[in-house]
Amino acid sequence: MGTVSNIYRLGVKELFSLLRDPVLMGLIFYTFTFAIYTVANGVQTELHNASIAIVDEDRTGLSNRISGAFLPPYFKEPTLIDLHAVDAGMDAGLYTFVLDIPPGFEADVLAGRHPVIQLNVDATAMTIAGNGATYISSIINAELLKFVSRASGVAALPVDLQIRAKYNPNLNSSWFMAVMQIINNLTILAIVLSGAAVIREREHGTLEHLLVMPVTSAEIMLAKIWANGLIIVLAAVLSLQFIVQGLLGVPIVGSIVLFALGSAVYLFAVTAMGITLSTVATTMPQFGLLSIPVFVVMNLLSGGVTPLESMPVALQNAVQVLPSTHFIKFAQAVLYRGAGIEIVWPELLTTAGIGMAFFAFALTRFRATLAAAR
Amino acid sequence: MAEYIGREAPLMAMPADPVAVLSGVTHRYGGMVALDDVSVSIPAGRMVGLIGPDGVGKSTFLGLIAGVRRLQTGSVESLGGAMGDWRHRDRVCARIAYMPQGLGRNLYPTLSVFENIDFFGRLYGQSEHERRTRIADLLQSTGLDPFSDRPAGKLSGGMKQKLSLCCALIHDPDLLILDEPTTGVDPLSRQQFWKLIDRIRARRPGMSVITATAYMSEAERFEHLIAMNAGRVLAEGTPDAVRAQAGADTLEAAFIALLPEEDRRAHQAIILPPWTPQDGPLAIEAQDLTMRFGNFTAVDNVSFRIEPGEIFGFLGSNGCGKTTTMKMLTGLLTATEGEARLFGKPVGSDGMTMRRRVGYMSQSFSLYSELSVRQNLFLHADLFHIKGARRQARVEDLIDRFDLRDVADATPGNLPLGVRQRLQLAVAVLHEPEMLILDEPTSGVDPIARDAFWNLLIDLSRKDGVTIFISTHFMNEAERCDRISLMHAGKVLAQGSPDELRAQRGASSLEAAFIDFLEDAGAEDVSAERKLTLPAVAAPHGAQSSWISAARVWAFTRREAMEILRDPIRLAFALVGPIVLMLAMGFGITFDVENLSYAALDQDQSRESRMFLDAMSSSRYFDERPPIADFAELDRRMKTGDISLAVVIPPEYGRDLLADRTPQIGAWLDGSNTTRAETGRGYVQGVLYAHLADMSMRETAVAPSIYPATVTPRFRYNQAFRSQYAIPPGVLMMLLIMIPAMLTALGVVREKEMGSILNLYAAPARKIEFLLGKQLPYVGVAMVSFVCLVTLMLTVFGIGVPGSVLALVLGALLYAMAATAFGLVVSTFVRSQIAAIFATAIIVMIPTVNFSGMMYPVSTLEGAAAITGKVFPALYFQQISAGVFNKGLNFTVLYPNHLILAGFCVLFLGIATALLRKQEA
Repeated sequence: MGTVSNIYRLGVKELFSLLRDPVLMGLIFYTFTFAIYTVANGVQTELHNASIAIVDEDRTGLSNRISGAFLPPYFKEPTLIDLHAVDAGMDAGLYTFVLDIPPGFEADVLAGRHPVIQLNVDATAMTIAGNGATYISSIINAELLKFVSRASGVAALPVDLQIRAKYNPNLNSSWFMAVMQIINNLTILAIVLSGAAVIREREHGTLEHLLVMPVTSAEIMLAKIWANGLIIVLAAVLSLQFIVQGLLGVPIVGSIVLFALGSAVYLFAVTAMGITLSTVATTMPQFGLLSIPVFVVMNLLSGGVTPLESMPVALQNAVQVLPSTHFIKFAQAVLYRGAGIEIVWPELLTTAGIGMAFFAFALTRFRATLAAAR
Repeated sequence: MAEYIGREAPLMAMPADPVAVLSGVTHRYGGMVALDDVSVSIPAGRMVGLIGPDGVGKSTFLGLIAGVRRLQTGSVESLGGAMGDWRHRDRVCARIAYMPQGLGRNLYPTLSVFENIDFFGRLYGQSEHERRTRIADLLQSTGLDPFSDRPAGKLSGGMKQKLSLCCALIHDPDLLILDEPTTGVDPLSRQQFWKLIDRIRARRPGMSVITATAYMSEAERFEHLIAMNAGRVLAEGTPDAVRAQAGADTLEAAFIALLPEEDRRAHQAIILPPWTPQDGPLAIEAQDLTMRFGNFTAVDNVSFRIEPGEIFGFLGSNGCGKTTTMKMLTGLLTATEGEARLFGKPVGSDGMTMRRRVGYMSQSFSLYSELSVRQNLFLHADLFHIKGARRQARVEDLIDRFDLRDVADATPGNLPLGVRQRLQLAVAVLHEPEMLILDEPTSGVDPIARDAFWNLLIDLSRKDGVTIFISTHFMNEAERCDRISLMHAGKVLAQGSPDELRAQRGASSLEAAFIDFLEDAGAEDVSAERKLTLPAVAAPHGAQSSWISAARVWAFTRREAMEILRDPIRLAFALVGPIVLMLAMGFGITFDVENLSYAALDQDQSRESRMFLDAMSSSRYFDERPPIADFAELDRRMKTGDISLAVVIPPEYGRDLLADRTPQIGAWLDGSNTTRAETGRGYVQGVLYAHLADMSMRETAVAPSIYPATVTPRFRYNQAFRSQYAIPPGVLMMLLIMIPAMLTALGVVREKEMGSILNLYAAPARKIEFLLGKQLPYVGVAMVSFVCLVTLMLTVFGIGVPGSVLALVLGALLYAMAATAFGLVVSTFVRSQIAAIFATAIIVMIPTVNFSGMMYPVSTLEGAAAITGKVFPALYFQQISAGVFNKGLNFTVLYPNHLILAGFCVLFLGIATALLRKQEA
């Protein structure tokens, strides 16, 4: 009973401290509004707005038809360039794709000589190079088939492949980006806020003062967790509701309540991680440096940006200890695929378990680091 | 003290002009008035003392004269010019030395004694030879020479103050400003400090000294006094004149007499009723307590016994182990050896119950400065579970008893030290403990507030029987204790009642007895007999170079570099962190979708359908899962994330295919991860076409010609089209901005929090010199990190450098400079270290990962994203990094990026310089 009231009271104090720091509140606001919007709206993983240049050495009806087949929004207006301008343009990153239609192309096609069109791809643009090349090939092939069938009446493919994407029929990446960005920002915020709050209290001597009061380390830690967690969950849910659903128009099929519950469990785990880091680093500059690798790995290697199954197996196993790996799986299932608790409970339990492990570890070091920081 | 009041400085040798003149000066902090229309003229060549309670504007007064505070209204003239004019400040700051309040606040704790002074010497542009002679001279005359290699953070309080003084005197100032230099320093060190000042004045008779002090006994030795209260000057003149004006015998009495009526009424003389021993177990019993930190013994075999209801005083110089002993008693530290018992029970045995019986007040303010006075009290009432009406009553009672009514709704951060100490004491007694452990509760508190404080303590002890264990530096407070214990260097030197101790040494005053004890213990003033023999070197006054001085930049750089090297943990985080990240990111971030998990719903089960599915399962891009029975299962398994692709083959597929009726194959992709889905789409198509070609080849033995022409993609810059080659140059770009920016982001804001930023305010250094000095060592760290990372890329990742190495190195250098300059912008902008960390993390991370071209091609970005990317340096180094590593480019193509990066350095440094203030508010 006393424990619950202490945790509640110290948490309220924590909320007060947070509300009194306008710069920090401003940053939190920015993080869950503009930062989400610009990324979701500006970055696309699907082929969109791709820059393509065409070297037309044929200059026939067919080559013109091919040039005219690259349409917005998938492509920018194709630029017609000379052969010798290809290298410079690609070196400067002006074009991701350069198509070279050889001289005599139309004549060769009509004569059945199977000419070759060369497609130069800037392979440093990993996200769109592969997909773009496939897509461009299929556009050209479709044009060729149309052209040839009109000329000679040859049939199309013997099988009709119907590809559909569930949950996101147009494969609109801003849907994906927006939610991942919320999770990424949530992670950074939770780690930095909880860890730095402990270090600040230690540097200002208030932690020492609390420890001579009839309050246990676990109560102090839990108070920090619930107060910081509450602010962040609230910010995340509001952002999901108003920025992602409202402003960006992303349809959320799943339950926001379930997502909020999951976020609460996730924040328990991440804030516990932040506190663990604060018991490893003794000063603010050390903490700042230590937190970078942690949140960068959590943001980029938990399946949010790069698919988990493509990573080396050792790394796949290693990231299982991160709560973000499980939470991202949870969030994708709930928000995109409308999964209910009966499907996602294993992820929730794992996240909670990881959180408890970090909490227990931080608890064993909490008092000890106070003496060391003297 | 009388024996060292002898004034060696010539009393009357004074120039005619005043050294500083204030007229009509008013200074406010928010709504609080610190100085209220002050006009005063300070004579030159004298020892001038500023006396008065806390929070009356003494520090503001001194700060304005030194030019480290921004003038609000009125005018201040120091050394013959207006301090409101920056040109004058620039000229004279080399002739002023300012020592801020707080023990060693302007020192660098990890730097040694010698290095600290050396830094200041460099700042004033002294040559190597000049610095050496001056430092040797100063160290000798202050008796610090045996400790020349000791880090400043490990010095005792008195030694810190001496070191601070050395730093102030390195450039032979004409005006020396000392803000409470002896507060919190033990009596022996105080005596030594003033002797030192006297000798320095004897050597430089023309030097003016202005000192603020809270010790009235010290005020006697000043030649000219200014008594202040509530932002106004009460009286000025020689000590005799001030005493005469008030008609009092001592300065302390004179000061109280000069106060306005309502302030004076609050003051009550101290009456100490005799103490009557009580029954019951000992309140505190310490037996051979020892505490070691590494190989340093902070407390060495300390034993004492304190009776219940007793007031037990703890005296000793700073760093002698008083605080450590008290922390062991509260259980905050666990003793290395020995045992302590509170009320007969070992410390830590029944934690929570004991904590309710003890109140502790730490040396520094340790309450929440973001909560109001009343909120702080309520918080603690709640934590002690004082409930309902009692809670309200208790808090209001304490507010009255500790005279906090006027400030109940103010936040403690803005309150004078004395008021904050009252609040801390109120919190310590809130739960009516049976014992109080108070660590220097009156340090920095003025005489009136101190007496009020003691009246409360005596009340608690004599009326309520509370045991009080208190440490102090004030001799008149020690007199009020029932028994005292004198500590030095971790050991107890003497213990007993004040009378017993005086008798033991045959001394007239407790102070004399203590100095005697201390000198016996080997703490004698080694500098006392030393003569200042060295001739004063002519100081290069006023020779301020017009633009940047390389020597001062180097002074800042050197100091910052030394501090980095003294914190190996931080250096390790800065260098090892990127290596770990490069390995994890380089191998982990991949867009090569492989092992795409799929399952088939084969409704046909014909030879043809199985042939197609075999073709799929033999592709290395797919990872087959158990087949699906129906559409409901397809839905469910995709929802759980078990499969990302489902292939549906309709009934009659085989028959339709053979009959040329163009059957449909359905492929369902999980659209929740768009990258994976896009790639998956291409793969399915590819497998199907290959399968169809294969089939027709087998059946007709003719190479199929589905399409009349072939498109051959040529993946340039990365023939194998592996993420492992494309990603590391981007990771290099990311790490080379995140870590360096984080390193410098805390640079300025941390100095603000710690107080050493004052050295910038007081020194004849330009803001840009300070910033460059802060930046360069971290550029060095970044370049070391760059070399490590590139080595990793060449060896572990097997990436070659087809482009220009020089373009890469120069690009990295410019980029690291831009990154560190960006960190400085953040650091000068934010107010707290937390905000600095968070701002750096968020502001750097988002454009670097998303808008720089590392993950998504820049040419596809739109709107705000494209603009954000263009106004951040990451994009331009990404061009260089990918250009050199992947595209094999050289300077002729890449140089615009270098130019833009150089532009960013200049821009960021410009913004940081504009945001950095060279004066306090």
